Amino acid sequence: MARKVVITGLGATSPIGGDVPTTWKNSLQGVSGARTLEDDWVEEYNLPVHFAARVSTPASEVLSRVEAKRMDPSTQFAIISAREAWKDSGLEENLDQERFAVSFATGIGGVWTLLDAWDTLREKGPRRVLPMTVPMLMPNGPAAAVSLDLGARAGAFTPVSACASGTESLHQGLDLIRSGRADVVVSGGAEAAIHPMPLAAFNSMQALSRRNDDPEHASRPYDVDRDGFVMGEGAGALVLEAEEHAKARGARIYGELAGTAVTSDSYHITAPDPEGLGATRALKAAMFDARVQPNDVVHVNAHATATPVGDKPEYTALREALGKHVDNVGVSATKSQTGHLLGASGAVEAVLTVLAVHERQAPMTINLDNQDPEIPLDVITSERQLPDGDVVALSNSFGFGGHNAVIAIRNA
Amino acid sequence: MASNEEIQSGLAEIVNEETGLAPEAVEADKSFTDDLDIDSISMMTIVVNAEEKFGVRIPDEEVKNLKTVGDAVNYISNAQQG
Repeated sequence: MARKVVITGLGATSPIGGDVPTTWKNSLQGVSGARTLEDDWVEEYNLPVHFAARVSTPASEVLSRVEAKRMDPSTQFAIISAREAWKDSGLEENLDQERFAVSFATGIGGVWTLLDAWDTLREKGPRRVLPMTVPMLMPNGPAAAVSLDLGARAGAFTPVSACASGTESLHQGLDLIRSGRADVVVSGGAEAAIHPMPLAAFNSMQALSRRNDDPEHASRPYDVDRDGFVMGEGAGALVLEAEEHAKARGARIYGELAGTAVTSDSYHITAPDPEGLGATRALKAAMFDARVQPNDVVHVNAHATATPVGDKPEYTALREALGKHVDNVGVSATKSQTGHLLGASGAVEAVLTVLAVHERQAPMTINLDNQDPEIPLDVITSERQLPDGDVVALSNSFGFGGHNAVIAIRNA
Repeated sequence: MASNEEIQSGLAEIVNEETGLAPEAVEADKSFTDDLDIDSISMMTIVVNAEEKFGVRIPDEEVKNLKTVGDAVNYISNAQQG
């Protein structure tokens, strides 16, 4: 019998809250984190997209100046969320550091640091490129910083799979504990890519909404007028723990990370498989891994980025994996509120999914005025209680490259 | 041309900016590594910022000889006069 893995700590810094309580409260009320960007570079580079969903509490309000200056913004977000999750878990005391690992994802890594250093090199020469540049730009920076900060000595891993990265961190965390390589894992994801270059690049792919005159209504998953995702930023972190370890110390258990799965499409480098075959396999494999049936599933936190081409294949996959029961499942598309946190999205959505199961309430989907008739899901657009008893919720993440990752959360 | 006192207080500002150490802790006889706990990465950042502030060049091979704050003040002062 495989070891059970439970969740004992949650952390987040997101466009709808600087911590988990605020993010959770706002997610139930339906709040948009998208705003017009006030940065000079929007005009300077004549960017076609003028808005994004920044973290609601700037990292500079949480970290000291000296601490922050040695970290790329992505690592700053990772540290803020990981410290909250760690404190929430109550694990500081008597931890065996050699049985404690980190799996902290990012989609892009230290893009601000990389591009700032390139500007410095061109403007001031190589002498002015600071020695902290390398540790700040490396994609394992967030994982390494979290392991250093919290004292994890059983390995610090960085799953990188574009927008599936955050969910993959939980897949890896589950494996590390089940295989006996660790008893405690901090899993999560961080992203800080609201920079003119990634905005220009994602815009070139036709991936971003251009609803410049109305940012708060721009992220519209499942709506007929959806026109792309809204770039977000932030981080989410979850403390995973072997059940016997958590019970032995009398920990508060939010829920069980019952199963996970990762598949790859091998279809196209960016386009989703139109039939959602890879996503279907991931959903079925995650349910199999969790030893649950479709009828056990009461809630899905969908990937649903609000691109014209992306939302429908996920629906196709959900219908294929859950069968007719999909009509009984309340689906939340929380990117309507948070925007798309890329490599952090799966981690923040995992936090919301765990709380949905724990609190028996599902987060809202906003901006759904005219639901796409080709996506007839039961989308949660108002306050919704989840049923009592034993329940399971799924959270999906898909990434450029054909990455599909699904987690299954069961109540404690 | 800056006096040694001015160089030391300018250096103290740079150290404070990089490490958060109080400027008054940056005294002439203090060792960067043993007393001020400054690692090699911070030291290189301090050196580059000092070069800009004082208009001097401190070659990489000289940095290991700058053991104390006073060593750095003297080096910068001499470099300014040279």
